[in-house]
Amino acid sequence: MTLLLVAPLVLIVGYIFYQALPILSLDFIFTNPKDGMRSGGIWSPLLGTCYLVLLSLAISTPIGVLAAVFLNEYAKDNWFTRMVNLAVVNLAGVPSIVHALFGLGAFVLFAGLGKSILAASLTLAIMTLPVIIASTKQALAAVPMAFREACWNVGATRWQTIRHVVLPNSINGILTGLILEVAHAAGETAPIMFTGAVFYKAIQEGDLFAYGPFDQCMALSMHLFTISTQVPGVPHALPFGTAIVLLGTVLMVNALSIIVRTRLRARKKW
Amino acid sequence: MSAGAVHSIETKNLNLWYGDFQALRNVNFRVRRGEITALIGPSGCGKTTLLRCFNRINERYGYVRTSGEIKILGQNIYAPDVSLIELRKTVGMVFQRPNPLPISVYENIVFGLRIHSPLFKWRKSVLDDIVEKALRDVFLWDELKDRLHVRATTLQLDQQQKLCIARLLPLKPEIILMDEPCSALDSEATLAVEELMLTLAGRYTVVIVTHNMAQARRVSHECAFMLMGELIEHTRTEDLFLTPKDPRTADYIEGRYG
Ligand SMILES: Nc1ncnc2c1ncn2[C@@H]1O[C@H](COP(=O)(O)OP(=O)(O)O)[C@@H](O)[C@H]1O
Ligand SMILES: [Mg+2]
Repeated sequence: MTLLLVAPLVLIVGYIFYQALPILSLDFIFTNPKDGMRSGGIWSPLLGTCYLVLLSLAISTPIGVLAAVFLNEYAKDNWFTRMVNLAVVNLAGVPSIVHALFGLGAFVLFAGLGKSILAASLTLAIMTLPVIIASTKQALAAVPMAFREACWNVGATRWQTIRHVVLPNSINGILTGLILEVAHAAGETAPIMFTGAVFYKAIQEGDLFAYGPFDQCMALSMHLFTISTQVPGVPHALPFGTAIVLLGTVLMVNALSIIVRTRLRARKKW
Repeated sequence: MSAGAVHSIETKNLNLWYGDFQALRNVNFRVRRGEITALIGPSGCGKTTLLRCFNRINERYGYVRTSGEIKILGQNIYAPDVSLIELRKTVGMVFQRPNPLPISVYENIVFGLRIHSPLFKWRKSVLDDIVEKALRDVFLWDELKDRLHVRATTLQLDQQQKLCIARLLPLKPEIILMDEPCSALDSEATLAVEELMLTLAGRYTVVIVTHNMAQARRVSHECAFMLMGELIEHTRTEDLFLTPKDPRTADYIEGRYG
């Protein structure tokens, strides 16, 4: 069974890695695309993707987690909360292109942010928000009612109960949901295409602060799309190399979250 | 809260609804201070509901409505100036399924203290003493003194249940409510918990819900019989079992209800 699950993953990653092998090097990561994107590296889109994902998560995580805590722990069951819950479920199912158009209308045009990293991140945040709310709520709901009762029973307030018992016991589930959304945000092309991502932009190589919030940027997902469909004569290994870096970025965030989780667990006195 | 009163708990015309369903009907119930009072009755008759009124934990569910009066140690607990936190410290509860928090034995016991004075830096020696005292009071110290830092949820069920009693004690409660505290335990562990209850009586007022009539007879001084949300009969335990006044009580203790 495990084999059945793991085998496709290993095959896919292995295949991409094998195809990308000729091009992978530190240079590939730290140089901009060159020659009309037919050679060079992926520095500019890689940094762009990091900016977009981190900024969008910085916006959607606090809002999403707090909203879920409110819905699951505080809200009474009335027509208002039922409507909010319904909206969350439905928004989670909206195709990303619709979020893209919303982002274009709301952030780029109406709010006057223009095509920018900020507008694109806000759009990604709107896209990931309902899923974060839904997954966080699920993680909170999985904490047994008995734990909350035990807490109330010694006179803890609602917030103390959440802070000391509910959150520590659901942090794994919450983080897992967030990680999935990192992958989701990093992989989407449509929502950023209209709101902040460009086909080509060279930046200072190796400078982590090369983009500002109102700049436009390149992004890995869009870059991959461009070089594999829009530009003739791209060497075979280039799109595979880009894909591997995209995968690697997501995996690294995954690894990071596992470290955070073990750290959190080690801090508890069990 | 006034001391000296004979009754720790006193309800007057207590009614409770879950939505449209009335779970308690005109309950007038008085619990003597320092004694063990047992609540018996067929399942679904409202024993748990009544018990959960006494520390107002029912209110956590938005659709619960109550009317009538409840006095704990002479104080109306629905009065606007009552602090829920103080109430819950005064009235501790032990649940049907042991529910220690998934933290260490030690932290379970000091959890309440930490919650109530979050900024206060407790001295370790003070906390150690409190933990030892609480565990000794429930006869767990010898078993657990070397395992204070294991996760409480990994203990045996009867140890968990005793721990759930122990963690109330540092808060210096007056009343301990127990909702079928032995229903998840085997007969040996049940006897041990009953013995513990008897040692708690006097120092604390204990109300225990049980569907086990033999248990009610063994541990309680007074016994109350409930049926379909009503309190049918409440008197000294030996009288209730030997000379029940109400025919419904007689039917129940002779096993004619399910
Ligand atoms: N949270 C609740 N919501 C709705 N109805 C409930 C709830 N808890 C209990 N009831 C109902 O109230 C009645 C009394 O329940 P309970 O107090 O648990 O009985 P007992 O503890 O005597 O078995 C039952 O009919 C039960 O279905
Ligand atoms: Mg019950």
